[in-house]
Amino acid sequence: MSALAAGTAAPDFELKSTPDQSVRLSDFRGRPVILAFYPADWSPICTDQMALYNEILPEFKRFQAALFGISIDHAWCHLAFAQSRNLHFPLLADFHPKGRVAQTYGVYDDDIGMSERALFVTDGDGKIHWSYVAPIGVNPGADGILTALESVAHVAVPA
Amino acid sequence: MSTGLQGATLDRPRLTTPIGPEDHTTGPSTARVTVVEYGDYECPFCGMAHPVVKELLRFLEDDMLFAFRHFPLAQIHPHALDAAIAAEAAGAQGRFWEMHDLLFTHQDRLAPRDLLVLARSIDLDLERFAEDLTQRTYEPKVRRDFMTGVRSGVNGTPTFFINGVRHNGGWDLESLLDGIRATL
Repeated sequence: MSALAAGTAAPDFELKSTPDQSVRLSDFRGRPVILAFYPADWSPICTDQMALYNEILPEFKRFQAALFGISIDHAWCHLAFAQSRNLHFPLLADFHPKGRVAQTYGVYDDDIGMSERALFVTDGDGKIHWSYVAPIGVNPGADGILTALESVAHVAVPA
Repeated sequence: MSTGLQGATLDRPRLTTPIGPEDHTTGPSTARVTVVEYGDYECPFCGMAHPVVKELLRFLEDDMLFAFRHFPLAQIHPHALDAAIAAEAAGAQGRFWEMHDLLFTHQDRLAPRDLLVLARSIDLDLERFAEDLTQRTYEPKVRRDFMTGVRSGVNGTPTFFINGVRHNGGWDLESLLDGIRATL
């Protein structure tokens, strides 16, 4: 399985962001969207990665970009994780059917039953502008995301 | 994935801002080995790495130039930003490294009042130090450090760059030395 590449339309989905709220990707047309697939809440590397994105949120906002973390954890688990780490962006539950969205994006690892650590940036038209799958165990950081956002041409960037 | 070239760069990112006049450094500028650490004074792992870095500096002596840059994860470490500003405020009085050592050896005491106690213990001009803390004089500098880290692929703390390339290995002495040997 390989991750959907740049130029592909980002498959639409609707996932729970809290036990009683959902997020539909197509509702974010007109602005860039960052999808950060990660294996699981609580594991040390993911925690670093999500904590890092949390700190960089103001930078992402400069591009009007929406950021979503996505893992196979349940919405209740996400809730506890987000509260414990003081996260200020939504974590989406790719829980039921398990990993379906990760599969659609080509980043589900069937051997471990979790998604790979993969990043997608979509443009305002809902097309994948950039995608990247990090090696196992390596936190990809945020530079690739910022570079991708900078090159989403038609988005104004106030300094 | 994506294009292989960008993937390779992301796996092994390079320091985008070389050591410059704004950096706090120790060691000769002509050293063969440069190590830049991005760290957070409230991060327990950075606290564990601190004596390792000191040992590394002793071990390599004149062969290593070391710079420390701030990467406070303020959302999980409520005192990290203030501590970074305190280090800079001490630096403005020529005492960056003493405060740096104190912050890492007092990680459980980094509230504003504790920072004043630390400043007093190294005889800083307390009035000026307190003013720099309350005015957050050096927050922009800390923020600049943070952003150079983000753009260089810092992915957590501590992150080390050895001769300009992110060190993906561990930060015990052996792993850092291996990383250094690999670049020479």
